[in-house]
Amino acid sequence: MTNLVNTLGIMLYATLIYMTPLLYASLGSCFSEVSGVINIGIEGMMTAGAFTGTVVAYFTGNPWIGFLCGGLAGAFFGMLHAIATVNLGADQTIAGTAINMLGPGIVIMIAKVMFNSTDTIPLEASMKIPRLFRGVFDTSTVFGRFMDNVFANYAATYLVFIAALVVWFVFYKTRFGLRLRACGEHPQACETLGIDVLKMRFACVCISGFLSGLGGAFVTMAISNQFRPISIVGQGFIAIAAVIFGKFRPHGALLGCLLFGFCSGLKVVLGGSSGIDMQLISMIPYVVTVIVLVLFVGKSRVPSANGRPFVRAK
Amino acid sequence: MSKKKGFLEFVAGNRFIHILLSILLGFLVGAIFLAIMGLSVGEAYGRLITSVTSLKGFSYVIVYSIPYIVVGLSVAFSFKTGVFNIGAEGQFVMGSMAAAVVGILAGGLPKIVLIPLCFLAAMLAGAIWGVIVGFLKTKWGINEVLSMIMFNWVAFYLSNFIAGIPAIHSDGTAEATKNISDNASTLLSKDLINSLGLCPTANWGILVAIAVTVLVWFIIEKTTLGYELKAVGSNKFAAEYGGINVNRSILTALAISGALAGLGGSLQLMGMGSRISVFSSQEGFGFAGIVVALIGCSNPFGVLIAGIFYGALTFGGSKLNLVGAPTQLINVIVGTVVFFIAISIIFQRLRYIRKPAKPKAPAPDKKANGKEAAEK
Amino acid sequence: MAKQYVDMNTPVIEMRNIVKKFGDFTANDGINLTVHKGEIHAILGENGAGKSTLMNQLYGLLKPTSGDILVNGKKIEMNNPRDAIAAGIGMVHQHFMLVQPFTVTENIVLGTEPTKGVSLDMATARKNVVEISERYGLSIDPDAKIEDISVGMQQRVEILKALYRGADILILDEPTSSLTPQEIVELIDIMHNLVKDGKSIIIITHKLKEIKESADFCTIIRLGRYIGTVDVDTVTESDLASMMVGRNVTFKVDKPEQTPGEVVLDVQDLHCLDYRGIEIVRGLDLQVRRGEIVGIAGIDGNGQTELVEVITGLRKGTSGKVLVNGVDVFNKSPNFGFKHGVSSIPADRQKHGLVLDFSIEDNLILQNYGKEPYSQKNILQRDPIFAHATESIEKYDIRPGNSEKRPAGTLSGGNQQKVIIAREVQNDKDLLIAVNPTRGLDVGAIEYVHKYIVDQRNKGKAVLLVSFELDEIMSLSDIIDVIFDGKIVASLPGKGADENELGLMMAGGGKKHE
Repeated sequence: MTNLVNTLGIMLYATLIYMTPLLYASLGSCFSEVSGVINIGIEGMMTAGAFTGTVVAYFTGNPWIGFLCGGLAGAFFGMLHAIATVNLGADQTIAGTAINMLGPGIVIMIAKVMFNSTDTIPLEASMKIPRLFRGVFDTSTVFGRFMDNVFANYAATYLVFIAALVVWFVFYKTRFGLRLRACGEHPQACETLGIDVLKMRFACVCISGFLSGLGGAFVTMAISNQFRPISIVGQGFIAIAAVIFGKFRPHGALLGCLLFGFCSGLKVVLGGSSGIDMQLISMIPYVVTVIVLVLFVGKSRVPSANGRPFVRAK
Repeated sequence: MSKKKGFLEFVAGNRFIHILLSILLGFLVGAIFLAIMGLSVGEAYGRLITSVTSLKGFSYVIVYSIPYIVVGLSVAFSFKTGVFNIGAEGQFVMGSMAAAVVGILAGGLPKIVLIPLCFLAAMLAGAIWGVIVGFLKTKWGINEVLSMIMFNWVAFYLSNFIAGIPAIHSDGTAEATKNISDNASTLLSKDLINSLGLCPTANWGILVAIAVTVLVWFIIEKTTLGYELKAVGSNKFAAEYGGINVNRSILTALAISGALAGLGGSLQLMGMGSRISVFSSQEGFGFAGIVVALIGCSNPFGVLIAGIFYGALTFGGSKLNLVGAPTQLINVIVGTVVFFIAISIIFQRLRYIRKPAKPKAPAPDKKANGKEAAEK
Repeated sequence: MAKQYVDMNTPVIEMRNIVKKFGDFTANDGINLTVHKGEIHAILGENGAGKSTLMNQLYGLLKPTSGDILVNGKKIEMNNPRDAIAAGIGMVHQHFMLVQPFTVTENIVLGTEPTKGVSLDMATARKNVVEISERYGLSIDPDAKIEDISVGMQQRVEILKALYRGADILILDEPTSSLTPQEIVELIDIMHNLVKDGKSIIIITHKLKEIKESADFCTIIRLGRYIGTVDVDTVTESDLASMMVGRNVTFKVDKPEQTPGEVVLDVQDLHCLDYRGIEIVRGLDLQVRRGEIVGIAGIDGNGQTELVEVITGLRKGTSGKVLVNGVDVFNKSPNFGFKHGVSSIPADRQKHGLVLDFSIEDNLILQNYGKEPYSQKNILQRDPIFAHATESIEKYDIRPGNSEKRPAGTLSGGNQQKVIIAREVQNDKDLLIAVNPTRGLDVGAIEYVHKYIVDQRNKGKAVLLVSFELDEIMSLSDIIDVIFDGKIVASLPGKGADENELGLMMAGGGKKHE
């Protein structure tokens, strides 16, 4: 029993820690996709954030400044994507592919110049994103140990749930959200009502970069303590998958990330104890996602104008 | 003045020139980065050029480019038929694993049988990986981009798992499979390699790549199958109205695209790798294929050239650290090239230089309508 | 019109010598327009004459190349719709600018949403919307989603959008194109209520009868040029028509008497669902015989679209029979139907009719690419394909000539339609289904399309015509079947059919004819 509770605690912890970067990036992806711009450059934006976050934290000694700068680095690449896709009407897939090359290319090159290595110098514990509830729970009791396990998480994990709530509020309860959803459905209608579609989309793509950057920074500033070229390998694409899974709604994306995080947590727990091959266990999140899609979720309704550049007549 | 305008008009209207300009700009941006780092642009680019222009260097380039070309063709084929095969990575992995399994377990077969068998196994594995995604899409409406991303990872772990099976796993300590049988290898003979002074992994896979390029071009441009797939790709509603079975076409397109990516995997294995390692992250051949398809404008012959170009950059890039420049410079250059290809509309605007900017007609249809009315 | 509400001393809109060029093409060439307070002003012209271009400039969507726009006597530069909205101008576009998954209220307030603090104030928004809809007698359901409401209600939503923004000047672009005669009467009532209230209305149309019924003045544009402004009371419909076209036009279609032959299409007790899973065709029976045109008259959304989709194999039905020459094509593939005698001119030529990226020659073989001589052993034969295209381009007068290799997307709407007609007619099938075959075409092209449809009938083909243009149905059909609520509610001879009676039946009223 004690063991079970313990395991459960560790699993919840793992679920939360794995889903955090995905959820940041997924929320970002929602902004871009719902406003009508396909953003497969999330991965590159996360990489930029992952590097910048840990480097800034290393030099300033302040994790929060690092975390914020991680977001800003993502936003910078978001802006590049926005200039290409929104202002210049570029093919969104091609531009996103370019971002996925440029992001890692540039930051790894900078790493090489700065540290003479593709890896950054590991952060000291004080430079990492803090764990909020360290030592709050009495670990001598079973329940306390459970709570300690679960809440061993980093502050930015709690923050991402607040962020999800805020994004949901923005999408469905504010003027900005109503307009951004309208831009992804019927940009011409927005234009006739005096809404500047290009500005809206530009802003949304930049926001998507910012949130992706935060997600990337979490990977190198909490899960790990340094940036390496393989810090971000595929999380950006998983985040996009979670958004499609969640039918392009922030709360849906949260569920998608939760499912993913949970399966990854399962992987950690099973990997330790069961005799099943680790490689097979690692497949679980991906297989489960497809199965859940087929059984419960089904078709995802893509925003009508998603992927279509909006060209204003002159 | 008028001559100059004619030149700009020409530049603005030519897709091939846009690609060349993008490549130039990519190198320009790379040069800027080199300069910022305080490195000699001439030395770095000089090294890049000399490393790929020697016979041995060039043979490396060709060897590097084989999988890029074939995976590029896979992605280009998918673009032409209206699917975005972001799953080429997984199909590639499945293909190379299938070829490895056959190449190890059936190693006793003669070369003339084993090599085609490996190719077939790889193409079949890739095709199955593509068709599963197509099936999920046509049967349950599951977004193909999503399922492809998932299946890329499933393939990755499946490959790692198979590499661990005792019959396949290396007898030594390496976290890898056994080497494939020599009878499954496409390497040129040692004597030939030595006498010509080629790289040690020189293989005749490039001939397969060229043959496949021609075949893909032929299918797309000349056959009724290509007609069907393209029709579904550009307008599935009209294709359905015209009597084409849309779902079957999507499955066919994904099967062919998957088979190509799988073939790419086997060519890489049989010519270069000879065994499959247990990887900790995806190798990115599928992703490279996307880049190559984009640079090659999804035209099979364009892809052939783009694949060699990409091969030259990756090989040449690996030599950059000899002059103190980071290898990652290549990613920046290629990323910039792709970025400019994405925004090549800016090249089209060149034609308005020196003229008051001409607004584009918002609705060509309306314009034509008016003209037509004017004729009456 | 009595012009009882027109205040001739108060011009609200003056457009002076407006020129609009797209590249080398002049869409508007010196157009003048003056609209007064309380006036309904029609803008008349053929498709492509430049009416919408002119109005898009008034609404800030396009910028004039030269010329002045004055609103309430003040010169205004319109950079975007915001400027137009601020100047009190509202526009209802022909293709509604509505966000499908949004509610009526959300659509109306979009862009000027009331807020409370940082959040939207949807309660106030809803209240305002209900208030304004009651004030102008425009009934709507504020909570319904656009995708669930009728076209008529969507149009009222569009008008409310403009009024909500305080528009005093309303531009209505082809507002009657998808309405029933009764809904048109209602719309004209609404327009009169609005001008009584001091609003001014500009209505873009090419329907002469509606101008006579509703407008005070009419400005005519032809080929982008200003022809003149007339007092509607002093001119006849045929005066307007000849000003619009520049020559005398007859709207009559010559059609020799002939006795229809055996039944080609026999639809029996057909049922099918729409995209939302609601039964939309509910036990429909229909017959078309050789040598006759059967026209389906009905309001959009009564099942005619789905009916055609089931006959052509694009949609699965739930039950029933669709016999073509005795073969049941129900729930078979489009290709099966085609093989057994079904050809069709689809409603949406760009979506269903053509692959716009494909060349004209490739579009012309869309159903036949797998047959000789266009292909042999699965290899396309370019020479016969090209020769076929050359012949079709000449025979069907597809312009520009020598355009075999041009992408179909670069053709004008009328010529795109000719490509489809060339293809379908040459298929020489026993049944031709034409859905809104002249939508968006100009007068010349319409005459052409009508001629080909009647030709097919004269040659002994069975023709099923579905159109939202009642005039088209009435002038072409030998038999008119009225569709309402997924059933044919009446079947009457085309000759001597009465428009008002038809309209009543289309709306579910009237007595049954057999």
